[in-house]
Amino acid sequence: MILISTIDIVRTSLGGTGKLLPVAILIICAFAAFWLFPYDLGFLTQMLIMMVFVVSFDLILGYAGVATLGHAAMYGCGAYAAGLFAIHASPDPLLGLAVGAVIGALIAFFSGLLLMRAHGLSLLMLSIAITMVLQEIASKARDVTGGADGLSGISMTPILGVFEFDFIGKTAFWYAFSVLFIILVVLRVLVASPFGLALRGIKDSPSRMRAIGTPVYWRKVTAYVIGGTIAGIAGALSAQITSLVSVEAFNFALSADVMVMLILGGAGRLYGALIGTLVFMTVRHVAASIDPFNWLFVIGFMLLAVVFFLPDGLISLPRRVAGMIGARK
Amino acid sequence: MTSGLRIRNLSKNFGGLQVARNITLDIPTGARAALIGPNGAGKTTFANLIIGALQPSSGSIHLDGKDISQLAEAARVRAGIAKTFQITNLFKDLSVRDNIRLPILEREHRTFRFLERHDGDAAIEAEVEELLADFRLLPLANRLVRSLAYGQQRLVELALTLSLKPRILILDEPAAGVPSSDSHLIVDAIKRLPTDLSVLIIEHDMKLVFEVASRIIVLVNGAVLVEGTPEEISRDLRVRELYLGAGHG
Repeated sequence: MILISTIDIVRTSLGGTGKLLPVAILIICAFAAFWLFPYDLGFLTQMLIMMVFVVSFDLILGYAGVATLGHAAMYGCGAYAAGLFAIHASPDPLLGLAVGAVIGALIAFFSGLLLMRAHGLSLLMLSIAITMVLQEIASKARDVTGGADGLSGISMTPILGVFEFDFIGKTAFWYAFSVLFIILVVLRVLVASPFGLALRGIKDSPSRMRAIGTPVYWRKVTAYVIGGTIAGIAGALSAQITSLVSVEAFNFALSADVMVMLILGGAGRLYGALIGTLVFMTVRHVAASIDPFNWLFVIGFMLLAVVFFLPDGLISLPRRVAGMIGARK
Repeated sequence: MTSGLRIRNLSKNFGGLQVARNITLDIPTGARAALIGPNGAGKTTFANLIIGALQPSSGSIHLDGKDISQLAEAARVRAGIAKTFQITNLFKDLSVRDNIRLPILEREHRTFRFLERHDGDAAIEAEVEELLADFRLLPLANRLVRSLAYGQQRLVELALTLSLKPRILILDEPAAGVPSSDSHLIVDAIKRLPTDLSVLIIEHDMKLVFEVASRIIVLVNGAVLVEGTPEEISRDLRVRELYLGAGHG
């Protein structure tokens, strides 16, 4: 009964079966990647984790219009929380994900209370500062976090007591994909809801939202907490799958990469986040293997090209091409 | 209990600069009042004090007998005060329909719902369609607001503000920037506003003011110079001097 009503909510919230096409494509792509690249499952799993992380940022930047450079704060805390939970409390993966989610939400809530009052450059600086403080705490608390050596010794029990993590990474791949899939469906429901519309209104004109009676600050804090929850899950996934958490999880470069991936793919579209992550990580993987020192040039040029020629991201490319063909006819 | 808006000794200072000085006036339920004055008279500041975008330095604002002076902007909207902006302030990347739907969802306290579709409530959808029809916006309903002509955007702003079902509506220069060929759309829309709605129009266009207002307040240097019917105001020597210059009194 609960399952039927949940499916009903999801189906109506997604706008009927017609809009399930991207979801179907996603599933086909996952199967295709699994069969075509059996020796790259580790890299593909990392990509799926990063996709979870980037869609969480899409809710904050793409929908609510809140630009931060400290999204790694929730990711890092989620990773450490899940790692410590696995070592000291329970090695159950799903419980660990829940712990990562809760810690991500708590960090987002308390930092969001401050951050959502700031705008522009102040917001960017404050978000970086909070992440740096957390990184420093993780680095100094050697006894708990392993300090600069990282938190190791994380081992997980089989998922649902059945699916054991294997050496090749098959279980990890499907585990990460399942989490991504569920989060995407949840976010699709969320962005189609009145709350999602309100977030788009806030991005468009916060002053007009206040003038229609919206408590803009609290709506932004709520969006930040939801985004932080998902980022915490991404961090927890990473900790469970790689069995390691390092202070690099709080790196400024990670927050910057997430923003680049989102802008590349197209902010405010959810699927744009997936495309951006796919392209960014693939290009980085290939370019870095060809030239380990200068691969950033490729990413830089790609970002320049997208910002100038496709300001709505790579996801808008088919529409843009169709428009150009239509104009020629 | 006084019905409508009651403002007493409202003042606002920015450091040493006094932009509103002891403003006292009443806008009863159903009134059609206009606030006029030269540039820099403090009209928009006064409107911002009423809606709560600015907090007064002293004085009080009562709506239907309730003191709303200390309420924040969003709370005043929920209390029944709404305003259109001097420069159109809309959700430009949303469709016209979503621009009307969003304030209705907010008015009905639904924007904190996560599991239902934003266009899933039949009663709200009917209200959206009715407002679109009232403002002759149905043919534009699915277009992004940024793609509309400015005059059409002004109509959307009026429809958006009315969708909040306010008791006091403040129109800050509703015809500003609208081509003269389209200004009749604005005048018609204002004339069709519900009779139980109190309206305060801030406007430079005297033709529009005299066409729709039954009471005019003249603001100069942040203070009320004179208040009266359109006939009284048009005969007032101080107002004539203000608008036509010394020697025309």
